[in-house]
Amino acid sequence: MPLGYIAKRLLQLVAILFGVSVVVFLMLRMIPGDPAQLLLGEFANPEELARLRTQLGLDRSLPLQYGIYLQNLLQGDLGNSIRTNTPVAAEIWGRLLATLELSLAAMFISTLVGVGAGVVSAVRPHSAWDYGAMFFALVGVSMPIFWLGLMLIYLFAVKYPVLPMMGRLPMGLEVPAVTGLVMVDALLAGQPVALWEAGRHLLLPALTLATIPMAVVARITRSAMLEVLNKDYVRTARAKGLSEAAVILRHALRNAFLPVVTVLGLNLGLLLGGAVLTETIFSWPGLGRYVVDSLMGRDYAAVQGCILVFAAMMAVINLAVDLIYVLLDPRIRVNE
Amino acid sequence: MSRWEGLQDLMRNWSAAAGMAIIAAILVVALAGPLLTPHDPLVPAPLDRLQGPSSAHPFGTDSLGRDILSRVIGGARISILIGVISVTISLLPGTLLGLLAGYFGRWIDSLIMRCMDMLLAFPAILLAIFITAVLEPNLTNTMIAVGIVYIPHYARIVRASVLSLKQQLFVQAVGHLGGSHTRILWRHVLPNCIPPIIVYATLGMGTAVLQAAALGFLGLGAQPPSPEWGAMLSEGRQYIQIAPHVAAFPGAAILLLVLGFNLFGDGLRDVLDPSLRSQ
Repeated sequence: MPLGYIAKRLLQLVAILFGVSVVVFLMLRMIPGDPAQLLLGEFANPEELARLRTQLGLDRSLPLQYGIYLQNLLQGDLGNSIRTNTPVAAEIWGRLLATLELSLAAMFISTLVGVGAGVVSAVRPHSAWDYGAMFFALVGVSMPIFWLGLMLIYLFAVKYPVLPMMGRLPMGLEVPAVTGLVMVDALLAGQPVALWEAGRHLLLPALTLATIPMAVVARITRSAMLEVLNKDYVRTARAKGLSEAAVILRHALRNAFLPVVTVLGLNLGLLLGGAVLTETIFSWPGLGRYVVDSLMGRDYAAVQGCILVFAAMMAVINLAVDLIYVLLDPRIRVNE
Repeated sequence: MSRWEGLQDLMRNWSAAAGMAIIAAILVVALAGPLLTPHDPLVPAPLDRLQGPSSAHPFGTDSLGRDILSRVIGGARISILIGVISVTISLLPGTLLGLLAGYFGRWIDSLIMRCMDMLLAFPAILLAIFITAVLEPNLTNTMIAVGIVYIPHYARIVRASVLSLKQQLFVQAVGHLGGSHTRILWRHVLPNCIPPIIVYATLGMGTAVLQAAALGFLGLGAQPPSPEWGAMLSEGRQYIQIAPHVAAFPGAAILLLVLGFNLFGDGLRDVLDPSLRSQ
């Protein structure tokens, strides 16, 4: 793969992140409400307010504020949260892992079920299974996940209380943090009870978050597979006596995977966005919930940090998808 | 294909027909709302609070005793309005920017598309939340926020169409005959970009309804006592353990409307662009 192409894309990524940081910085300053007033309450006296504004750097000019922010950013310092006075980078890191655990679980469910349903639908087109799977996929892409989450909570945590309705672990149960992913940490610590409980806590939020990506993957896998199944090389594979499973998995699915990979990449973006809603419903201590809380609390540094992290993840995912695309199909010209 | 033939094709496509039926039904409910609502959707009735579905209140009542069926009917108008206005807000500037970027190319293209890339760098809901918070949370700003978020999508679609159209002989011929840029863009390029725009706009209405409901759910959209479906769901969340019907019905209404737009959009795509026909 040409290194020049990768370097060009990385430069673009930096430029976009720089632009995002400027836009976010300016927009946050336009939000009505004074953070100093918000912190000290409406009865704070003017001297206290002035002192806090100086302390937070809010009395300086906008370009100067941005310059200081950028300088700190380049050193990995995202500033301190005005609500907790702790470094934003540390707060984000802890929550990012919670979001990552949820997103990975949702990604796993959506890929497994979505690709499976899409393949079976394509292999038996116009069958009852095909119509049923595609109907569910259509309902899936139209689903308000915040509603689905609530309904799942009602069904599986209230009416038939078989799963917990919020959090990552039951109260009182703790796992030594190594990776920050509770299930992995429970496995590493050899705590089967914690592993089981972490899995139970993860199931409903992950299912909720997986719904839309799962439906998108099922639809795209079906149409990509249908196209590939008519190709000559699939007919040849069948003619030379390969088993149907080998034809489908090794010859058809592998070639149908290109559009599916793109969608899987785009789905990561969907998952990050969906995490904001899912985490709110299930009180999942992740980045999505943190950004909404920070925005409500006018915590500039925290919001800036979170949005930059989200944007960076999206940009890296898009780049990775493009690179995987070239790896999977060398016919694609990278200069397009 | 004449308009009549096009309409016949649309009616024969089951997806488009089903989508149209759902949208038409909700549209009728939205327009005839005040005639259909059995109770006033805004007036509290404290004695009737959190009642389950019954013959007097088929969808039950909420925490203030308001009839949920009447509120869902009242919310239909708001949701359709959100879909139409948000899509218009994204479609007009998005189309214009896509036309300019694709047609003039060079630095204009780079400038416009890099700005669009910047907007696309945010997860959609996060950007919408952010814009709503900056502008102040209310229904109008929700529509503006959702509209702004999807501008880059239209710009990209239109730009791609323009890039291919401007290589076509009929467009180049008008240029050689002395047609102005405005005339070429307005009379020859834009009309040929319309089919993909219509398809995307129809699917976009469903997305806009979903996003606006999500903002309402987070408390950033329509404010109480508005019967907006997302805001109703947000209220229902507090009572999910004792009165699940408060959240169930508005959520089902959102799902139905979005499903209608998606079915119609899928069908429309099959009819307008047979090369994309789902097999």
